[in-house]
Amino acid sequence: MDLDALKRDLELWKDRSVHKARDRDQVFATLSGNTINTLYTPLDIQDLDYQRDLGFPGEYPFTRGIHANMYRGRQWTMRQFSGFGTAEETNQRYHFLLGKGQTGLSVAFDFPTLMGYDSDHPRSLGEVGRCGVAIDSLEDMETLFRGIPLDKVSTSMTINGPACTLLALYVAAAEKQGVDSKSLRGTIQNDMLKEYMAQHAWCFPIEASLRIITDIMEYGLTEVPQWNTISISGYHIREAGSTAAQELAFTLANGFTYVERGIARGLPVDEFASRLSFFWDVHLDFFEEIAKFRAARRIWAREMKERFGATRREPMLLRTHAQTAGVSLTAQQPENNIVRTAIEALAAVLGGTQSLHTNSMDETWALPTDKAVQIALRTQQVIAHEHNVSETVDPLGGSYYVEELTNRLEKEAYAYFDRIKKIGGVVKGLEDGWFQREIQASARRYQDEVEAKQRIIVGVNDLVIENEKLEIPLLTIDPALEQQQVARVQRLRATRDAAKADRALEALKRACDGDQNIMPSLVECARCYVTQGEMIGVMRGVFGEYHEPVFI
Amino acid sequence: MAGKIRVLVAKPGLDGHDRGAKVVAAALRDAGMEVIYSGLHQTPEQVVSMALQEDVDVVALSILSGAHMTLVPRIQELLKKEGMDDVLLTGGGIIPPADMTALKAQGVGELFGPGTPTSAIIDYIRVWVENRDSARSGA
Amino acid sequence: MYHPPALNSPSALSDAIMRRDRRALSRAMSWVEDEHAGVDDLFRRLHQRTGRAIRVGITGPPGAGKSTLVARMATVLRRQSRQVGIVAVDPTSPFTGGALLGDRIRMPELADDPGVFMRSMATRGSLGGLAAATHEVLDLLDVFGVDWILVETVGVGQSELDVARMTDVTVVVLVPESGDAVQAMKAGLMEIGDLFVVNKADRDGADRAVTELRSMLALRERHGGRPLVVRQTVAVKGTGVAELLEAIEQWVEAGRPDGQFTGRRRETERWRLLHLAQRKLVRSLTIGPAGELALARLTTEVLEHRLAPHDAAAELVEVALRDVAGRA
Repeated sequence: MDLDALKRDLELWKDRSVHKARDRDQVFATLSGNTINTLYTPLDIQDLDYQRDLGFPGEYPFTRGIHANMYRGRQWTMRQFSGFGTAEETNQRYHFLLGKGQTGLSVAFDFPTLMGYDSDHPRSLGEVGRCGVAIDSLEDMETLFRGIPLDKVSTSMTINGPACTLLALYVAAAEKQGVDSKSLRGTIQNDMLKEYMAQHAWCFPIEASLRIITDIMEYGLTEVPQWNTISISGYHIREAGSTAAQELAFTLANGFTYVERGIARGLPVDEFASRLSFFWDVHLDFFEEIAKFRAARRIWAREMKERFGATRREPMLLRTHAQTAGVSLTAQQPENNIVRTAIEALAAVLGGTQSLHTNSMDETWALPTDKAVQIALRTQQVIAHEHNVSETVDPLGGSYYVEELTNRLEKEAYAYFDRIKKIGGVVKGLEDGWFQREIQASARRYQDEVEAKQRIIVGVNDLVIENEKLEIPLLTIDPALEQQQVARVQRLRATRDAAKADRALEALKRACDGDQNIMPSLVECARCYVTQGEMIGVMRGVFGEYHEPVFI
Repeated sequence: MAGKIRVLVAKPGLDGHDRGAKVVAAALRDAGMEVIYSGLHQTPEQVVSMALQEDVDVVALSILSGAHMTLVPRIQELLKKEGMDDVLLTGGGIIPPADMTALKAQGVGELFGPGTPTSAIIDYIRVWVENRDSARSGA
Repeated sequence: MYHPPALNSPSALSDAIMRRDRRALSRAMSWVEDEHAGVDDLFRRLHQRTGRAIRVGITGPPGAGKSTLVARMATVLRRQSRQVGIVAVDPTSPFTGGALLGDRIRMPELADDPGVFMRSMATRGSLGGLAAATHEVLDLLDVFGVDWILVETVGVGQSELDVARMTDVTVVVLVPESGDAVQAMKAGLMEIGDLFVVNKADRDGADRAVTELRSMLALRERHGGRPLVVRQTVAVKGTGVAELLEAIEQWVEAGRPDGQFTGRRRETERWRLLHLAQRKLVRSLTIGPAGELALARLTTEVLEHRLAPHDAAAELVEVALRDVAGRA
């Protein structure tokens, strides 16, 4: 192709047509603020080298996908994040979803569990079972998975500070089912760096958390070798207000930090890094999100190979879950959320995700009803079966716009890596509040754009229905469930073998004080029906607590 | 001299999602108010203790965890106990309309869901404080 | 059974404050900040009880860890069963008039400790690092009965003058990062500081920073013989905080016998009176009807070249003095 000739012709075309054609009166930019041109041509990607930059799916640098035939071989896992009330209620919802064709489990925990408090702790008042399932002990875990053979499913647990305790409970529950831990498949989120940045569900100070995470990576190598020990997450960073480039850069930077820690512990990078997985947001900007997925794969592959010396392909491939953007949902005219979620889900599929959660339309008001979550699941199934988008790999590969966006996001990510290096790395950046301020600044900018109507959100700042009445049913959590759960955990503590439980807790404390891997003693605690709050309580005693360093 | 409007923006309970609280706090500051931010994971007792020491005109709660039917009434009860009847209790987050209605019936102020423009919150607070001050001075 | 006090008159407020009612103390602080008409009367009733609390100013550049250090100091003082008052000042935006007062997030454990009273103040236009009303707010805490008052300034480093004028002892907090000590000297912090703290002392360069500080302080004349006090802390861990408090207490005690302590109190009171007098005059000029009218008339006369500016100002002062005297 004669690029010079094309360049000339492009200018002529602009003179003929574009300069006369008036654009609408708005800013044309991606959600992250990058300018969008009228047209993209080969000139925008003239340095693209197919073999070097894209390659073939399933091979380095994996830009087009991590498997050779992607969804032709196996559709993405449809994994709806869910949990509420007690283990009993959630177990029912799991059977409902599995019956409707969901192919992976995903556990949402309530806030007391997420923060490492038992249901009867004073801070848990009013919070038990409200935004996820209450899990206090092995007994609850067994109930949660009753009738679900743990060697036949893969389970993702969205838990961070107490990821170690919940993994221990899961292993113990599997044991009770007669399932060996080595055949367990699943993920724990276990990504504390993004907690300090964005979601703020922390238990311990930063270094203690990193030690625990490294313990888990180490434990995973031998005891749960099929388990993803971290789900390195961009979702929460994005939901807290960051741009796509920040989500990409900060998440990958966190990932690199975990890899550094694993290597420092002496773990073989080819082994432990193969069990690291990712979790992206899928936000409103359709093409930017697809580009983000592709840029992420390419960057991770390159850094794992060149910076961390990975030699096998497994540690280089970026396996990811994705969730449609919660912040893109509106409380106004909630049925419209079905549309938003569908388009976001499509972006995730075209971006090459391995598993996907689609939001329900009523989630700006409450946890989803059965009907709403069914629609969300059907959204994925309709995309998978009816629209022919998963019949070929990376169908948008080669699009001038998408390749240009992929390159641009990659460049922005590397610019952020440089800045992070200059400020002293991820941990220093967290202590100084650098990441938090960057994210909040983006959040503020977005809010300003929406309030100035530079960004239209249907039903919110345009096409509003005055005095709108909410007409969809909402899920309510029975407040009696909290009392039941409180009674349950208190009964458990009263009836278990107290001596065994105490011994297990003492062993846990010793492991925390020293430098043993804490996972075995946590599993033993789980077996002895020590509650997760008791385990975290002992750990808090040794490691201390964390307090946020900055406001804005 | 007319004083500034002082607002405590608080995150009670275990929910750590503070994007909304921070955006509202910044907007209130830009509207000329003095905004005290409580930090995360505050108990109702801590929230009210802060409100008292800072002599705020408004306590604005941000709750996304579903625990509002416990936390909001508890904070309201503690404010009453301290004699802080001249303080506006307002807030927002993920709160179903039926619960908003129930809380307002108990005397809690307006509650604002996702998508509310910050200008609506600012105007609401300004008008409420104005009305309270006129009532006080008997105007 | 707690009966909330009436808070609408100087006598009701002062009685309640004497009974250690926290809401009354809080309301009185608002009165002071808002220049409520009843403030003069309130202070008439309370001023004899001031003078007991030790007032410690904490200043230093942003990022030095002042808030965290104040929180740790308060925690240690509480363990020693002392009652603590904390005043944290943040800047008012010159454009919007609003302020974000975020220092409380560093002090979560103090929020409902009945032995701690914390107030966040905005500068409301004042440029010296503290608010105009801070001195009176400290008086109120003093009267209320706290043992120590910790005052944290805005901390921009350039014009932190108020802190030395409103407190008994000024602590300057620095971090080991290269050049911090030199910058502090340029910013004038060397002159107003009584004790110096190198915080985040677990970072590289802490010892060198201490050495640099000592050599720069040795050149200073201000203390004329008072020992130079430099301490190291790691505020997030609580390291060195008890030692710092001890050093502050020793410094204060050492100043009593030779009169330095009372000398300092004399200076701070003098500044406060000047400041209050200024405010009364300015207020009468800009708010009092007589002053407003006079100002308008005199402005016209100067613009129309019938009166020279300095003579006009002198006339304004006379109007203001008559006004203040008439209303006193």
